[in-house]
Amino acid sequence: MLLEVRDLQVEFHTRDGVARAVNGVSYAVDAGETLAVLGESGSGKSVTAQAVMGILDMPPGRITGGQVLFQGRDLLRLKEEQRRRIRGAEMAMIFQDALSSLNPVLTVGAQLGEMFIVHRGMSRKQARAKAVELMDRVRIPAARERVDDYPHQFSGGMRQRIMIAMALALEPSLIIADEPTTALDVTVQAQVMDLLAELRRELNMGLILITHDLGVVADVADRIAVMYAGRIVETAPVYEIYRAPAHPYTRGLLRSIPRLDQKGRELYAIKGLPPNLLRIPPGCAFNPRCPMAQDVCRTEVPPLFEVAEAPGAAEGRRSACYFWEETLHG
Amino acid sequence: MAEPILEVRDLVKHYPLTRGILFKKQIGAVRAVDGVSFALDPGETLGIVGESGCGKSTVAKLVVNLERPTSGVIRYKGEDITRLSGRALKAVRRNIQMVFQDPYTSLNPRMTVGDIIGEPYEIHPEVAPKGDRRRRVRELLDVVGLNPEYINRYPHQFSGGQRQRIGIARGLALRPEIIVADEPVSALDVSVQAQVINLMERLQDEFGLSYIFIAHDLSIVRHISDRVGVMYLGRLAEIGSDAEIYEHPTHPYTQALLSAVPLPDPTAREHRDRIILTGDVPSPANPPSGCRFRTRCWKARERCEVEVPELAVPEAFRGLRGPAAHPSACHFAEERQIVPAGGGGNGEGRDSRRETQ
Repeated sequence: MLLEVRDLQVEFHTRDGVARAVNGVSYAVDAGETLAVLGESGSGKSVTAQAVMGILDMPPGRITGGQVLFQGRDLLRLKEEQRRRIRGAEMAMIFQDALSSLNPVLTVGAQLGEMFIVHRGMSRKQARAKAVELMDRVRIPAARERVDDYPHQFSGGMRQRIMIAMALALEPSLIIADEPTTALDVTVQAQVMDLLAELRRELNMGLILITHDLGVVADVADRIAVMYAGRIVETAPVYEIYRAPAHPYTRGLLRSIPRLDQKGRELYAIKGLPPNLLRIPPGCAFNPRCPMAQDVCRTEVPPLFEVAEAPGAAEGRRSACYFWEETLHG
Repeated sequence: MAEPILEVRDLVKHYPLTRGILFKKQIGAVRAVDGVSFALDPGETLGIVGESGCGKSTVAKLVVNLERPTSGVIRYKGEDITRLSGRALKAVRRNIQMVFQDPYTSLNPRMTVGDIIGEPYEIHPEVAPKGDRRRRVRELLDVVGLNPEYINRYPHQFSGGQRQRIGIARGLALRPEIIVADEPVSALDVSVQAQVINLMERLQDEFGLSYIFIAHDLSIVRHISDRVGVMYLGRLAEIGSDAEIYEHPTHPYTQALLSAVPLPDPTAREHRDRIILTGDVPSPANPPSGCRFRTRCWKARERCEVEVPELAVPEAFRGLRGPAAHPSACHFAEERQIVPAGGGGNGEGRDSRRETQ
């Protein structure tokens, strides 16, 4: 396994108390696999990724438990110096907002080249040549002429390509993309997702795609982990989860989105609001919004149950719902 | 059919580009809206979709009279409102209200919810006498599904979805006939979006409102709209009923746009017709000659360079009946089915016939 997150716990200390952003998250990604982590704001999907990358702001954040095994090594036990060597070279991250992630006063060539100077000890001239090569690879037109341009001189889609180029520079084995296309227009979004998927295939990388967009997930992911209030509530291969979700939250989400291919009647709406992380409801965090909630849901935190659509059929599906069978078949 | 409640003809808005500080000189113009025409019927929802920079938000601002057009006509019940001022303008504005995108910045953080929703009455006191306003505000809170007890709270005490409800309540305060909603749900979480959309549809039925619903999300626009206009670089590329646009698009830009929307259905991966456009949208300060889409269009020929295509039923479909015969600004309009009809496993209703070309 390329990356395995085990029982990760992250808290934030705020003036109003302790916000438990991640409450025991476990997931795994293999080389060449795309795992989508789906969740709404505050679900802990980005915080988990930041903890994996080692870029969580601490304080106020604190990792209070768990392991992040990358190629067998627990990253959480490494010294910052060792982690820095892994970051960028072996795992890299793509952020949502390319404009604020790139340095506005350095040319894109300098920023791309820096990777090679710092990690590979190349000369400036060599690094510049590498930068042009990378820009070509992510299909930025006229790369040779544009290598000395500044980030603001590029369009949003082109900037996101530069982010991808930067993440791929040292050919890492794992890429974490946090809402990589959310800020982009749909026609550009399609270009960027296609590029990302193609490069992932070419380099046989593992990809963790963090998103709230059920459409993007359906397009590119192999597996999904659905997060709610700092926990994974359901995880499954992509085809299965869309065909028959096994958690009421996933089912609610799938029903609540308007569809391009259907003229809607009234939309199904999940009632209520996502919980405040300072006061996560006892039991299953989704219980106040859940149409199926029973007494047990209000007192006991449900574990991740093994889900089998037919008896004996193990598909690597799990659902944190006491009533997953009813949900699956209902 | 009844007379349209709102009619927009050849609407143009250019923002001047200037150089110099002391001696300002106009060196060009951003042609944000460059000849847009449409009509809105009473009780109807017209969706306007397009990517960033296409001018859809400028259209919204022009319709609610927050901006004055460079040229063109906006008729509200037959009367051109672009030249009105003073009392007459005020009366029209009362009837055309706006709901903004960002529920975090469109509410004054230092005003209570009661003051925010009641503020329109300060400007239009004839709608509600002073003593009656608190009662009206409570009523409005109730109508949009918020607890009327919250009248003295501040915006920061509400979630994003609740704030958008406050914005909607403010838009309803003067009992307008038309509401222009600019990306009203795009800042909200998926599970909350559905609540707000359902609310807007319920309010439309209850108060007989006409909506202009502006968004970049094509799925949401299809859900809520009776008719849809697709904008590209300041002009409408295509306009028609939701079925005409989504199931029988004839403009290449609409087709590309539809094909780029990810469907929440992994089984659609294999048999979808994907059109990946190359390049970016050109700058509205310097749009291409002829058809504005031609620089990214796979069908572009010489004619597209020299002749601006008019928004009308294309020659090929003239005289024909059927859903493909709707206005489309393309010299080489052709029907192409992009969106697989029916949809996937969690859908209900339609049969699951699928055709790909």
